[in-house]
Amino acid sequence: MIGTAHAVSLGISRFSSMLQTPILSVTSLSKSFSGVRALNNVHLNVRKGEVHALMGENGAGKSTFMKILIGLLTPDSGEIVFDGEPLKTSNVGEVLKRGISMIHQELLTVPELTVAQNIFLGKETKRGLFGWVDEKSLNQQATELLNHLGVQIRPETPMKYLSVAEMQLVDIAKALSNEAKVIIMDEPTSALSDKEVATLFGIIRDLQQKGVAIIYISHKLDEIFTLADTITVLRDGQFIATKPANEFTPNSLISMMVGRELGSLFPEIHTTLGKEVLAVSGLSQPGKFSNINFAVHAGEVLGIAGLMGAGRTEVARALFGLDPYEQGEIRINGQLTEIRSPQDAIRHGIGFVGEDRKASGFIPGLSVKHNITLASLPTFAKRGIVAEKSESTAATKTVRDLNIKIAGLDQQVTHLSGGNQQKVVIGKVLLSAPALVILDEPTRGIDVGAKAEIYKLINRLTANGIAIILISSELPELLGLSNRIVVLAKGNQTAVLSTDEATPETIMHHAMQVVGD
Amino acid sequence: MNTTLPGKSYQTYFRKIGQYGIVVAFFAICLTLALISPKFLTVQNLMIIVTQVSINALLAFGVTFVIITGGIDLSIGSIVAVVGVVAATFAHPDTYPVIVPIGAGLLTGILFGAVNGFVITRSNVPPFIVTLGTMTIGRGLALILSKGRPVSNLSDTFNFLGGGKIFGVPTLILILIIAFIVCTIILRKTVSGRYMYAVGGNEQASRASGIQVPRVKMLVYVLAGGLAALAGILLTSRISTGQPNAGAGIELDAIAAAIIGGTSTSGGTGTMTGTLVGALLIGVISNGLDLLNVSSYYQQVVMGVIIVGAVVLDSMNQKRN
Repeated sequence: MIGTAHAVSLGISRFSSMLQTPILSVTSLSKSFSGVRALNNVHLNVRKGEVHALMGENGAGKSTFMKILIGLLTPDSGEIVFDGEPLKTSNVGEVLKRGISMIHQELLTVPELTVAQNIFLGKETKRGLFGWVDEKSLNQQATELLNHLGVQIRPETPMKYLSVAEMQLVDIAKALSNEAKVIIMDEPTSALSDKEVATLFGIIRDLQQKGVAIIYISHKLDEIFTLADTITVLRDGQFIATKPANEFTPNSLISMMVGRELGSLFPEIHTTLGKEVLAVSGLSQPGKFSNINFAVHAGEVLGIAGLMGAGRTEVARALFGLDPYEQGEIRINGQLTEIRSPQDAIRHGIGFVGEDRKASGFIPGLSVKHNITLASLPTFAKRGIVAEKSESTAATKTVRDLNIKIAGLDQQVTHLSGGNQQKVVIGKVLLSAPALVILDEPTRGIDVGAKAEIYKLINRLTANGIAIILISSELPELLGLSNRIVVLAKGNQTAVLSTDEATPETIMHHAMQVVGD
Repeated sequence: MNTTLPGKSYQTYFRKIGQYGIVVAFFAICLTLALISPKFLTVQNLMIIVTQVSINALLAFGVTFVIITGGIDLSIGSIVAVVGVVAATFAHPDTYPVIVPIGAGLLTGILFGAVNGFVITRSNVPPFIVTLGTMTIGRGLALILSKGRPVSNLSDTFNFLGGGKIFGVPTLILILIIAFIVCTIILRKTVSGRYMYAVGGNEQASRASGIQVPRVKMLVYVLAGGLAALAGILLTSRISTGQPNAGAGIELDAIAAAIIGGTSTSGGTGTMTGTLVGALLIGVISNGLDLLNVSSYYQQVVMGVIIVGAVVLDSMNQKRN
């Protein structure tokens, strides 16, 4: 599948673009943060109309690089030539005006303003004596831009009513309104459904046709091989290589990114299961999910598959007491149990790692140590006073067990890479000694190396008799780790598949099934 | 990689305090004043400063707890007034033993804090609005209870609380030191203290970690109310009168002390040491300007510049890191 998509992307655009001088040319770029080299002598040449993938593990320097390109950071040394002239960085306004735009992973939009107001924020058309904003012309221009992209969004709609995918398209329209010649896309598909991804890819191809170059950052290899003409690999802030995409295979690309050969990504699934840890029957919450039935056993990984909006996260949140459920029974170790709050869940041995690390995972102001012990702090305390020694010992052990890379226990979690942040959150959950751990998208936005470590960790937990509920949008991950897979579609449970039955096709079939008639 | 165990180097210590610059500024200002005015560095003058600072510092400790959780408490100034009137009512000579006015005062303050905490945790109304309401209510209650007149003629034992000396040290200073130690322990050493930082840093993540967020919030408003009550009792004792108009605007001085001391209004950071230095800085500057015969009108302008300046410096520092 990857092979054919990849062959298709070898379009004519590549051959014509090969002949041109680059629109963006970066030479010997370096940047350090308080003595630590984040980028060292990095090069990049982007040609008109090409999709240029920038690959590297988290911490490889991609974000720093992009922040320099869009003027948020000043490089220590190096040269950037854009469209034939040197680019003065460290000036966001100038960079935008020259024609470099970025679609951020966390979309930067103003929810209360309309689509048109967002697109033209900072460059409104003014009219009349007092310079009133000409809303009519803004809406008209916005409609033109959106039509140009082939999307149907009314420019008067407040931004907050749009889906993530639509917001992203508005962001792209905004980039076009700046007459961007280079658009940087950082993990643009992380919150999109398959259909929306297809639309986005169509738009990217269209932009390519019009000569816009795309710098594309993603951890999803199939996307890279579908879209990219050229791939540049960074590792530990070093420039590793730039080559046409067809000279890479997924394996060669990964080994270049991590600097070593990866063994099989997924460890072997344990097949000897213990007793039932959790069983839910008839679990329902109107408008979110209805009649969910499954059981998880000690040492088992139960996967939950489904499209965006299928109700996977909602079920997980209800099991952990973060959201209510109206009907149904939850049995823990055979005992009928009410879970009405996270305290209830933790008391009954359930741990939860949410899908959004930043929003519900870690506390930014607290240190690594304090984050790790947060959920089990009372166990380190005598009469309400924290015993710092035993707290440090436990945190040190967690750091060692999960191989978390930190400068020290007192380091703030904010400064860690995504993979290490995720490990801190998982470490926190594990420290309260759960019998069941719910992992919601545990590898979202983290690099291949860290993913492999998380997989190994899941395997180790099940070997120790812990039950896992794994929610993931990445089918290979679900297939590679789960003993059984529950499929949800629009809040309904449409299948429970065994390892033998589960294939990408059967899962998608059930995930798109319409229930109710 | 290299896992350094909890380092207690001076650097991390000061980074934790979070107002390296403020500590330096504080000593620089003290040094300057000592050089300009011979009166500044006398035991008598320093005692005056700390006594003046102590009421504000007690309030600032309370509001530091609140601000760390991401909240705000505007009602503490009014609590000072209500508590003052209540305590004074029970503190006339030859009526009740001194424990009664103290108990009644503390209870009143804690009750106010509990009401703040209750409304804030049970509704979605922002703390700013809720405490703005209780601030006005408190001021009204103080006037109602006192019929708008100062409550005076207080017993000597009661007047000793805030005006006396033990072994030559003003009681206010002793109470300030004890309160500082207790508040520091609560914030730095207890489970509840850790939860305050967690709730202010990320409420959702705190909830997902099994922390009972409403309980933590309730606690900080009760603490703020209790400390405001203590301040109210001491102030009433020191001026020997329960003044229904006492403490008007004093909540802003307390918030200023916390902010100058590095507590972030967006929650999640702050220390008692910082707040103490903030309160001392305010006290030293107004004392210094007094010694230099600068009119109190100008003093307010200076104070405003310092508040904003301290936060600007702090945010510039953070950007650099």
